[in-house]
Amino acid sequence: MLGGNMDAWRGFAGSTWRTGIDVAGFIHDNVKPYDGDAAFLAGATGRTTKIWDRLSTMFVRERADGIYDVDATTPSTITAHAPGYIDRDTELIVGLQTDAPLRRAIMPFGGLRMVENGLQAYGREMDPDVKKVFTDYRKTHNAGVFDAYPADVLAARRSHIITGLPDAYGRGRIIGDYRRVALYGVDHLIAERHQVKTALNARLSVADVIRDREEISEQIRALGELKRMAASYGFDISGPATTGQEAVQWLYFAYLGATKEQNGAAMSLGRTSTFLDVYLERDIAEGRITEEFAQELIDDFVIKLRIIRFLRTPEYDELFSGDPTWVTESIGGIGADDRPLVTRTSFRYLQTLYNLGPAPEPNMTVLWSQRLPLGFKRFCARVSIDTSSIQYENDDLLRPYLSDDAAIACCVSGMRVGKDMQFFGARANMAKALLYAINGGRDEISGAQVAPFMKPLGDDVLDYDQVFEAYDKTLDWLAETYVDALNVIHYMHDRYAYERLEMALHDYPVHRFLATGIAGLSVAADSLSAIKHAQVKPVRDETGLVVDYEVDGDYPTFGNNDDRVDTIAVDLVDRFMEKIRRQPMYRGAEPSLSVLTITSNVVYGKHTGNTPDGRRLGEPFAPGANPMNGRDKHGLVAAALSVAKLPYRSARDGISLTITSTPDGLGRIKDEQVDNLVGVLDGYTDGHGFHMNVNVLDRLTLEDAMANPSKYPQLTIRVSGYAVNFVRLTKEQQRDVISRTFHGSL
Amino acid sequence: MTVTGSVHSFDVSTGVDGPGTRFVAFLAGCPLRCLYCHSPDTWYRRSGRPMSADELMAEILRYERFIKVARGGVTLSGGEALQQPDFVREIFTRCHERGLHTALDTSGALGAKADDALLDVTDLVLLDVKSGDEETYHRVTRTGSLEPTVTFAHRLADRGIPIWIRFVLVPGLTDAEENVESVAAVAASIPTVERVEVLPFHRLGAAKYAALNLPFPLADTPAPSAELLERVHGRFRAHGLTVY
Repeated sequence: MLGGNMDAWRGFAGSTWRTGIDVAGFIHDNVKPYDGDAAFLAGATGRTTKIWDRLSTMFVRERADGIYDVDATTPSTITAHAPGYIDRDTELIVGLQTDAPLRRAIMPFGGLRMVENGLQAYGREMDPDVKKVFTDYRKTHNAGVFDAYPADVLAARRSHIITGLPDAYGRGRIIGDYRRVALYGVDHLIAERHQVKTALNARLSVADVIRDREEISEQIRALGELKRMAASYGFDISGPATTGQEAVQWLYFAYLGATKEQNGAAMSLGRTSTFLDVYLERDIAEGRITEEFAQELIDDFVIKLRIIRFLRTPEYDELFSGDPTWVTESIGGIGADDRPLVTRTSFRYLQTLYNLGPAPEPNMTVLWSQRLPLGFKRFCARVSIDTSSIQYENDDLLRPYLSDDAAIACCVSGMRVGKDMQFFGARANMAKALLYAINGGRDEISGAQVAPFMKPLGDDVLDYDQVFEAYDKTLDWLAETYVDALNVIHYMHDRYAYERLEMALHDYPVHRFLATGIAGLSVAADSLSAIKHAQVKPVRDETGLVVDYEVDGDYPTFGNNDDRVDTIAVDLVDRFMEKIRRQPMYRGAEPSLSVLTITSNVVYGKHTGNTPDGRRLGEPFAPGANPMNGRDKHGLVAAALSVAKLPYRSARDGISLTITSTPDGLGRIKDEQVDNLVGVLDGYTDGHGFHMNVNVLDRLTLEDAMANPSKYPQLTIRVSGYAVNFVRLTKEQQRDVISRTFHGSL
Repeated sequence: MTVTGSVHSFDVSTGVDGPGTRFVAFLAGCPLRCLYCHSPDTWYRRSGRPMSADELMAEILRYERFIKVARGGVTLSGGEALQQPDFVREIFTRCHERGLHTALDTSGALGAKADDALLDVTDLVLLDVKSGDEETYHRVTRTGSLEPTVTFAHRLADRGIPIWIRFVLVPGLTDAEENVESVAAVAASIPTVERVEVLPFHRLGAAKYAALNLPFPLADTPAPSAELLERVHGRFRAHGLTVY
């Protein structure tokens, strides 16, 4: 054992990480920050292109049919499926979720209904044996949740004031520290878990201790299965990786094992690029590999990450506009010792967006700080402009809370890798809650009494103080009902669909967040602003239900860097978080909150009636913390600065902003666009903005929007000082915009 | 004493009206009536709202830190900013006191109104050269002439103020070979010209004309083709100019 480690760790510096489990310590001791530019990078090899092309032809059928293939009879476990390959002879990194690429697995532990509906939607039959086992013999997470949901949670769920709860499938957003497998080998990790078990054995067998012991035993079992799965591909991963190729392979096996066991909503990867860089740079220094081969390894790894698949229902895909897996990888950031954690492999990860073309997965996430090396900042900006495939998070906000080995799960959820996990909680509808307040707790669409009865407000112009008092009470009820639902969900998930492998790759004891979220913040803020600054009269139907509003006068709207309304949004975030904090949390979790919808803003809007800000019934909300479309009058920087005011202290699970620009909305030529985008990101993070999705639209997107306007309801084009909604322009004007926007590239 | 201006609107934009991310205030009122104007809602001083220098500075300062970090500045545009020279001088002076880069977006038609004190606090001029010959200039602007712009440009050059020339390319109006050639010749004769920006004509202002009940004179004029743009760029390049 010791001898093997000596070889695997040859040339590595530092000592403290050798005895315990301390990947962050290993990185500190061995990172070689790179402050140059992108000139060293290698393009795609013929081998890489051939594999990617083979998959690309399969994607066509997958897109057309919804899924490419499914194994409907084998409930997935770490070891359930035989080895699978794309092209066995040329793959550098191996391993698939099932025995063939794009062949999806069934994962009934989270819920049988998701499997059944998923299969049915794509014309497949449920295997009767599987159904029998998971109905008669083995309970699922989904079944457990519905045994224990109280009535008011069911009512809130039915009326869509709380939506998207992970009660029918894997909760996700848990990041195993997959690097541990590469650095230490599985046997070391198993030995450490046995020590934990021994310590637990010394404690009295009360419920919490019993549960922990059982979980640790399951973790040890899962690590054994991981070794067997790797062995089926011909690899012994009981010891640490000895080369860069092995490090990538070991790490990938660990991640792959997690995706064989769990169909989590977000199956994020963590922060792996700079860890792997230590191995790749050692190989290069030893003359084992070239830059081209290092890039090939990363390209091959990323190809695998791009074909992670789960069997979902079409409704789920509609909610999230596609088939997302959120294989989020966090790149960059600054170390606790002020050295940037940017390495050549940080560049190599982003280079895959050129070598393989743009893609949403893996979800490339740059942890941005003004202090990142300029060469890296400029490369990120360039990749953003060319591919729109990068999101940015403010490393200077994350680091003080989470140290320098944090990673993002899903979109904006920061956690310390291997130390924190979270109980994912979807989101509550803040706009609908306001309508409940005005209607005395009745649903504005169904008329049903969902929240507790309160005296409905009068017929005259709405009084801000009265509305706010009722809203505050409604939010009390909402926070209580919402956390109540989440406590049930996560109790049952731990019990029936525990993430054995992912949790084996965390410290014991783990720190838990309970991550709540809100949707419709800008709608709620604008509605309250209308009530406060203009005259808003309720319009009732024959049953006395307020179904619409007449607004008289002007009022400030969120997204214009205007404190008169921005302070309302800030208050709502602080206020709701304070109410969440007062709730009892399952397993002593630390509560947190996100302002994030991903694309579910459309579905939230669909189930929300007319609002006092003039938004019509069914109209989508703005995504995440964005201002409502068209209400930001002073450009994206003003909008971004409104969002940047939302307090991270009360929304530690992240605050999401999406911006869209055309290339010439950033500058006349590419170099200027790059510098200007760097400037915008510096300014936004300096102003305490947390997250930014950067979309730089290309000609094809705009042409597609011309042909299919319904797909792009919110596409905004800024033209010398004013914004226009692209799909509302005449065809002729749209052509003008396209030729105008893209003249520089012709 | 506080100076008051008429401000149509303001915007924070990136890479469009000068370097970096900039606070751009559009001052109301313009002596020209360019056929291709995309903002007829800024023609009159009454099109804006009165704002004191204190008030506009308060808006600017809400973005001060962002603008500085993003390596941008403040641009005064219009309308025609130099129709309000006292206001421009006051705003730019205050910007300079805070270390903010200043850019003046102007046609130069009222260049004589910019006194030396104003130019002392102007870091960059975005100079709109509508045409290179008097006849076309008058046809485009309906009310103006080229000479004040050229005079102003030389005055800027004498003071060492960098200039970005802007030229709106309109098929059938400003795209004649000789016209483009003369604009290029003007630009090339001014030593502080750093670049020429050829702005392709667009019809996005049409809705504003409709809202104001005004006819849009170029309603049927197309945007320039890629070939035309390339030809015009080549013409500027031939004079050794940097052109975007």
